[in-house]
Amino acid sequence: MKMNRRLFLLGTTVIGGGLLLGYAVTRPDRQSLANRDHTSAGQSFLTTWLRIDPDNQVTVVVPHSEMGQGVLTSLPMMAADEMDADWNQVRVEQAPATDLFANGVLIKGFAMSMGLTVPAFLDRTVNFATLKAAEIMNMQITGGSSSVRFTGEMGMRAAGAAAREMLINAAAAQWDVAASECDARNSYIYHDASGRSASFGELASAAALFEPPRNPTLKTPDRFTLMGTAVPRVDIPAKVDGSAMYGIDARPDGMLYAAVTTAPVFGGKLTRVDNVDAVMQRRGVERVIELEDAVAVVADNYWRASEALKQLQPVFTGAEFDDVNSSDIFTQFDTALDSAERNEDVHAGDAAEAFAGAAEIIDARYRVPYLAHAAMEPMNCTVHFHDGRCDVWTGTQDNLGIRGRVATVAELNENDVTVHPFYLGGGFGRRLPQSTNTIDQATRIASHFDVPVQTLWSREEDTRQDYYRPAVSSRFRAGLDSNGQLVAWENVYIGKNEPVEAAHIAYQVANQQIDYVESPTHVPFGAWRSVAHSQHSFFLESFTDELAWHAKQDPLQYRLAMLSDKPRHRRVLQEAATRAGWTTPAPEGRARGIALQESFGSIVAEVAEVSLTEDGAVRVNKVVCAIDCGRVVNPDTAASQVESGIIYGLTAAMYGQISIESGRVKESNFHDYEMLRLADSPEIEVILLESDDAAIGGLGEPATPPISAAVTNALYALTGQRVRELPLKHYRFTPTPIEAAGNA
Amino acid sequence: MIEFTINGNTRQLDIEPEMPLLWALRNELGLTGTKFGCGIAACGACTVHVDGQPVRSCVTPVSAVRNSQVTTIEGLTVNAAGNPALTAVQQAWIDHQVPQCGYCQSGMIMAVSALLADNPNPDEAAIERSVSNVCRCGTYPRVSKAIRAIIADNAGSAASAQGDTV
Repeated sequence: MKMNRRLFLLGTTVIGGGLLLGYAVTRPDRQSLANRDHTSAGQSFLTTWLRIDPDNQVTVVVPHSEMGQGVLTSLPMMAADEMDADWNQVRVEQAPATDLFANGVLIKGFAMSMGLTVPAFLDRTVNFATLKAAEIMNMQITGGSSSVRFTGEMGMRAAGAAAREMLINAAAAQWDVAASECDARNSYIYHDASGRSASFGELASAAALFEPPRNPTLKTPDRFTLMGTAVPRVDIPAKVDGSAMYGIDARPDGMLYAAVTTAPVFGGKLTRVDNVDAVMQRRGVERVIELEDAVAVVADNYWRASEALKQLQPVFTGAEFDDVNSSDIFTQFDTALDSAERNEDVHAGDAAEAFAGAAEIIDARYRVPYLAHAAMEPMNCTVHFHDGRCDVWTGTQDNLGIRGRVATVAELNENDVTVHPFYLGGGFGRRLPQSTNTIDQATRIASHFDVPVQTLWSREEDTRQDYYRPAVSSRFRAGLDSNGQLVAWENVYIGKNEPVEAAHIAYQVANQQIDYVESPTHVPFGAWRSVAHSQHSFFLESFTDELAWHAKQDPLQYRLAMLSDKPRHRRVLQEAATRAGWTTPAPEGRARGIALQESFGSIVAEVAEVSLTEDGAVRVNKVVCAIDCGRVVNPDTAASQVESGIIYGLTAAMYGQISIESGRVKESNFHDYEMLRLADSPEIEVILLESDDAAIGGLGEPATPPISAAVTNALYALTGQRVRELPLKHYRFTPTPIEAAGNA
Repeated sequence: MIEFTINGNTRQLDIEPEMPLLWALRNELGLTGTKFGCGIAACGACTVHVDGQPVRSCVTPVSAVRNSQVTTIEGLTVNAAGNPALTAVQQAWIDHQVPQCGYCQSGMIMAVSALLADNPNPDEAAIERSVSNVCRCGTYPRVSKAIRAIIADNAGSAASAQGDTV
C-alpha cells in the first residue's frame, strides 16, 4: 500500500470486529509534544511508539488493551525485532489515554487520500471507535483486522526500523564513518571495521535529533530474530500471583461502592423507589441514587451496597415490550424472511432463472438465539469527580473512547478526563465504549460524590443488561442440476451487521441471490467475538454440509471441488482433514464433521470429532483446527488464541442461549447461562499455516465461527439428525450412523 | 469481632458475621487477588483455602472461618520461610503460558493447588471434579497440560526419592 509514512505512520486496531483506534505519528509537532510531556531527564522519544533511556532500556508504548490476546508481547516483539533491540532490555508500557496517541486527523487524511468521504463521526476527534470506521479501514487495507496487522505491521515495525536507522545515523556521525558500515545488534550499534560500539542508550539523545526516515527499510522475514518465535508473554507472571490489576481492583483512596439495578425490560424507566428510609438505616449505606432507568445504592463495602439494594423496592414503568417473548421475536423474523421487502447483499448470475431450470431444490431454515458475553470480570467502572475534572479507572477495549464517553456524560472537556488503564477480565466485544450503559451509570452515580465511586454490576445485572449477539434467522434454497451439481444459491437472513461479508460464501456458485431483511427488536445488540460470522458460519457451513450429504459426496471433497480458485482455503481444509484422520474411520461411537470459514483475514478449517454421552447428549472429544493467518508473529500466543476461540464458540454451540420472557432476559447467572468447563473441554490440536505475501490475518476471532457447524456436521454423520437451531443442550440424540458417503 | 488468620497474619475485623469472605478480603483487607465472578459459587473465581481446603469465598460467611487459617493467591506465593517464591503450580502456569485475560486464574490456581496437595496423582475424573472453575478465555487445554506436567514431576521426584533411599 502506498502511503506517506511520515504523515501516516498510523496504527489502528479492530478488536471484537468493531474497534478502530488511532495512534501515534512521527509528525514533528507531535514528537516535540511527546518529548515534552512523556519523558523525563535524559529520555527521548524517537517516535511516539518507542522510548530509549540512557541506561539502554527500550520502552515500547502499546496503545492497545491487553485482554489475554498477548498484545502487550506481540507488538513490542515487532518493534524490538526491527530495531535489533535486546529483548531482555525491552520494557512494555500501556499508552496513556491522551490525544498524543490519537490519530483522528490521520485517519481522516488517510481516508481522504483514498478518495473516500469522511463520515461526520470521524470529523470531530478520533477517540471514537465504530464499526463503520473499521469498515473504511478494511476496505483500504487488504484483509486483516487486528492489532498485529495494523498497529504492528504499520506502526511497530516501521517505528522500530526508523529508530534503528536514526541510531545508526547518530553513531556514524559521532564516529565520522559511513552509516552503511554500521550495524545494530542486541541494543548496540557496531562499527566492526574499527571495533567501535555504542549502546542505544548512549546514542539516544543524538539520534533523536535526526529526522525520522520517510520510508524505513523493514526486515525481510529471513532476518527476523523475535518475530516467529514463542516469546513468553510479559503479562503472565502477574497473572499467577494475584498481582495483576483489573478495573474491579482499582482502589483509589476513600472509594465507595455502588450496586445497581436497571429496568429489567430494555427501554423501561424508573418511576419510584420505595423503602428508601429503611435502606438508609443499614450499616455503611451512604446514599440511594435514582437514575432515569436504574437505581443504585452507594455504601462503604460492595456487599453492604448490594444487600441494601435487595431491600429497595424500585418501580419501573411498564414498557411497550413487556409482553415480548423469544418466540414472538422468531415469529417476527420468519414473517420478515418471507416478506418481499428484501435488501440486496450479493446478486450474481441469474438465480431466478437457475432455480426455474433446476432439477431439484433443497431448502432449510436456521436460527440462533441471543448471546451474552459473560466476561469473567463483571462490568465495572470507577469514577472520581474532583476540582472540575474527573478520573476514571476501568478495563476497556478503547481507553480514548471511554474518555470521550465519560466526558460527554459528565459534560466535561475531554482534556479534563483522565483514564487509568487496567487489564481486562475478558473483552470479547463487551468492553467497547459503544456499549455505554455501565460507563454512563458509573459516571452519573459518581457525579453525586467528591470521593471515587466504583460501580460494579452483579453477575445477574451483567447477564441481563448486556449488548447481546443478535438472534438471527436465515433461510436457504439451493438449486441442483440433473447431475446434482449446485447451480443456484439463495439466502435471506435477518439483519445486516459487521463484517459486511459475513453471509457471503467462499464456494464457486454461478448464480447467487443473498438478501437480508431488517427486523429490529427492542433487545440491545453489540459486537460479540467474531461478530456476524459466528451466526452465519453456522448457517452456511451446515447448509453446505446438507448439500454434500444430499449429493452423496464426502463433505470435504464436496467443498474442495467448489474451491478450485482458492488454494489457501483448500490447504486449510486438507491440512485439518489429514491431521484429523478424515479418511480413516473415527473411533467406535464417534464421527467427524468439518467446517470452513474465512474471517478477519484468516482462513480456518476445523474438524470436530463427537460422541454421545449415556443419556444421548453431545460430547465433543477432539477438535483439529488449521488456520492460515498469513504470517505468525508469536506461535504460542497464536495457538492459545485459536484454542480460546474454539472454546468460546463451542460454549455458544453447546449452551449459549439468552431468552426473552416478558420483554426481559430470563437467564441470570452461570447456573442457567452455562459455560463449558474443563470436564467437557475437547482435546484441541492447532495447525498454524503461513502464506508468503499474504497480509497478516487476525487470530483473536477467526477460530470461533466454524466450530458450531463442525460439531453439528459431525452430529449429523453420527446420528443422521440435522441441527438447524442452537444450542445443543436442548437435544438428545440416538446414534444411527448413516452410511459413509463418497470417499470417506 | 471476627478473628481469623489470613496468609499467616491474625486479623480482627469489626464486620457483620454474614459478610461473605470474598468481600471481607477485597473490600476490608485490600486483597484483590481473589476475584468476584458470580456470587453464587458457580464459577470458582473466588476460590481460597480455608484450613487447606478449597472454598468459594463468595458464599462463605466470615463467621464460618472464625479462627481458621485462610490462604489467598497472595499468600500462596509466600513460602514457609516467609519469602516470595512461586509454587510448582504457579511455575507450571508460566511454563505452559496458561493465563489469557487471567481473571479466573487466581481461583483456578487455588483449586488446582488444593487438589494436588490432597492428592499428588489425581486421575482425570478427580481433576475434572475438582477443577470446575469457569474460564471464558478457554484456557482449559493448557490447564490440563500444566496439571499433567506437575503430576509427572511429582511422580518423577517420588521415584528419584525412592531411588535415593535404596
